Amino acid sequence: MDQTAIQMKTEQQKMNGSQAVVHSLIAENVDLIFGYPGGAIMPVYDALYDVEDQLKHILTRHEQGATHAAQGYARATGKVGVCLATSGPGATNLITGIADAQIDSTPLVCITGQVASPLLGTDAFQETDIIGISMPVTKWNYQVTRAEEIPFALAKAFFIAKSGRPGPVLIDITKDAQFEMLDFNYKPFKGMRSYVPTPKLDLSKVKEAASLINSAKKPFVLFGQGVLLAEAEKEFKSFIEKAGLPAAWTIMGLSALDSDHYLNVGMLGMHGNYAPNKLTNECDVLIAVGMRFDDRVTGDLKRYAKQAKVIHLEIDPAEIDKNVKTEVAVIGNAKESLKELTKLITENKHTEWLEKFRTLEKEEFTEVINKELNPTSELMSMGEVLNKINQFSDQKNIIVTDVGQHQMIACRYAKFKHSRSSITSGGLGTMGFCLPAAIGAKMGKPDRQVIGIIGDGGFQMTIQELGTIFQFKTAVKIVVLNNEFLGMVRQWQELFFDKRYAATTMVNPDFQTIVKGYGIKTNKVEKRACLDDAIKDMLAYEGSYFLEVLVGKENNVFPMITTGASVSDIRLK
Amino acid sequence: MEKQRFTISIFTENVVGILHRVSIIFSRRKINVQSIAASESEIKGIYRYTVVIIETKDQVKKVVGQLEKQVEVVKAVFHTDEEVVHQEIALYKVKTGVLASGGSAEKIVRAHNARVLSVETNFTVLEKTGHKEETQQLFDDLEPFGILEFVRSGRVAITKPMRTLSSIVEELEQLIKN
Ligand SMILES: Cc1ncc(C[n+]2csc(CCOP(=O)(O)OP(=O)(O)O)c2C)c(N)n1
Repeated sequence: MDQTAIQMKTEQQKMNGSQAVVHSLIAENVDLIFGYPGGAIMPVYDALYDVEDQLKHILTRHEQGATHAAQGYARATGKVGVCLATSGPGATNLITGIADAQIDSTPLVCITGQVASPLLGTDAFQETDIIGISMPVTKWNYQVTRAEEIPFALAKAFFIAKSGRPGPVLIDITKDAQFEMLDFNYKPFKGMRSYVPTPKLDLSKVKEAASLINSAKKPFVLFGQGVLLAEAEKEFKSFIEKAGLPAAWTIMGLSALDSDHYLNVGMLGMHGNYAPNKLTNECDVLIAVGMRFDDRVTGDLKRYAKQAKVIHLEIDPAEIDKNVKTEVAVIGNAKESLKELTKLITENKHTEWLEKFRTLEKEEFTEVINKELNPTSELMSMGEVLNKINQFSDQKNIIVTDVGQHQMIACRYAKFKHSRSSITSGGLGTMGFCLPAAIGAKMGKPDRQVIGIIGDGGFQMTIQELGTIFQFKTAVKIVVLNNEFLGMVRQWQELFFDKRYAATTMVNPDFQTIVKGYGIKTNKVEKRACLDDAIKDMLAYEGSYFLEVLVGKENNVFPMITTGASVSDIRLK
Repeated sequence: MEKQRFTISIFTENVVGILHRVSIIFSRRKINVQSIAASESEIKGIYRYTVVIIETKDQVKKVVGQLEKQVEVVKAVFHTDEEVVHQEIALYKVKTGVLASGGSAEKIVRAHNARVLSVETNFTVLEKTGHKEETQQLFDDLEPFGILEFVRSGRVAITKPMRTLSSIVEELEQLIKN
């Protein structure tokens, strides 16, 4: 228990529900929250006014922005992201971000105001059943109708949000509970019988897994965000290094292993690298660590790794056998599982097997990568921009992406030397995620270079958050890769709908003028000759910076596993 | 894999909204719930939901995994019909005149071992407990005489192989202490 909590415990304080909300947050060591005020949450805002120096509130320009900012903050720092919103439309505006956090296992605590308890169920002004609405997309939610419930409900909320497989929690507080008085006595939550956050590791399973790995000729490791969430980067590295295991990542696992590590064989899935996708159907033992075999990773399940024995290291028992049948399931926290497993595996190099990856890598390099990074076209390519960022930076940036072609390109080509450095909307694929998430990441990690990579479409989905950057002088770098199309959808139209470009052309405003209005330094690159300087200028600039790059309008992202195809059918063009 | 009937027993904390959390796990997968019954279990404060669905074993396993994952679900298990002792109760409202005449309707009631719960001038309420097939048979037999109202409860089931709930709860409570 920390100092404040001990103090609180000994001296009970009389206060109202709203003050209890802010003091509970302070007791949880929260110092930054994102939100937007309104009638039903006004008492909490009033209480915030007194603690501004301890608990900073960031006024985003839309509640969706608050959730994504809280997600960016949580993903960059490993702490719980907190947002605050009013009832009705304020609460419903949180839903996209909550759903995104749920599917990407991001710890959030969202606090919403609610109409006074006697009005519940009467269709009162700005009443919405946010508990019912948010139930499918929250790890847990709870409605508070009495002030005395507040400290306990919030303690429980934080515990649930961050423990086990993390996720979003919503606490809805009626307005009368915010006004009511209580004896404040904050105790951190210790656990509950109906919830086992981290199942106990079964060492016999670890043994079984080790013997499979030790006898494997072509072992292959897939890793996801579980490695990051368990802070198991070191354990993971020791594990793969000891047995010479080639390892490929899902986009949620990106940055858990340095990009240039000799065992890092690249990205899995639909637009991932050639070698790891191809060889998924050739390995003999497949070791999945903290990943959930998303359909964008596996392609057609009927033709996915059928030849391999599958080992699944996973904290959430419900993920076992959900999509891919496992031979050995090691349920537990990845940090602990990997530590135990590493002890039992034998040293190995698997040189020949690794060589297979290298051969296919070369093929992909000639067919795809080289063309993307060194294009001969007049307009620039997205990969070229990412490559320049790699080249002119120390590769210790936090790269935040939106959703679309630029996201796939950024994940494919950005280089990382630092964990928790790639923040993207993986499971939900939420356009509009990047700008607010980058703001949250920068606020959580002010000393890091935070670069948002966005398409011209997604940029306009949460463009209002430029106001947040302006007001709080957030020194994020925003790169809009402008192809004047909803690029990823256009690519599918080109490949699968006879180039019938229905509703994908974007007639864009002058972004330069708009961004200038927010007092943010801007630059626009139309010619390759200016690209290097523009990127150097952006990286060196102290404050917020907006860089727009005109890229090829009808470029496609390859390789690609088309819908319904098998991972080994991955196309290079 | 073939679909078959499964009885899912879900043990939850006594909190508002848990029924919603449980039911969306089925509806999200477009699983039609055949019947549902809820009551407090042998442990005070822990509620037991008995849900019957027709599904493949693979799917029911996944559903139970998702159920148990819910923060306020203590335990969820599934069983085939052979692994449970189960019962349902059905109530039938018929015209009293139909039974009073001493005809075949009365014989049917006797043959089915149905109980008379209430006799009013205009109607009589009968009760039969049994498996669905049995209560349905009585329904079918009475139907020619006219059934004014009919209701059947969800299945309640006691599992044959399960560990006692108290030992499960004890183990879980020990986990928090450690
Ligand atoms: C909120 C939301 N709406 C729709 C989509 C479907 N979608 C996926 S990618 C994409 C196009 C994105 O275009 P842009 O932001 O310009 O990026 P680009 O693909 O051109 O890099 C769309 C519409 C989505 N992912 N999210």
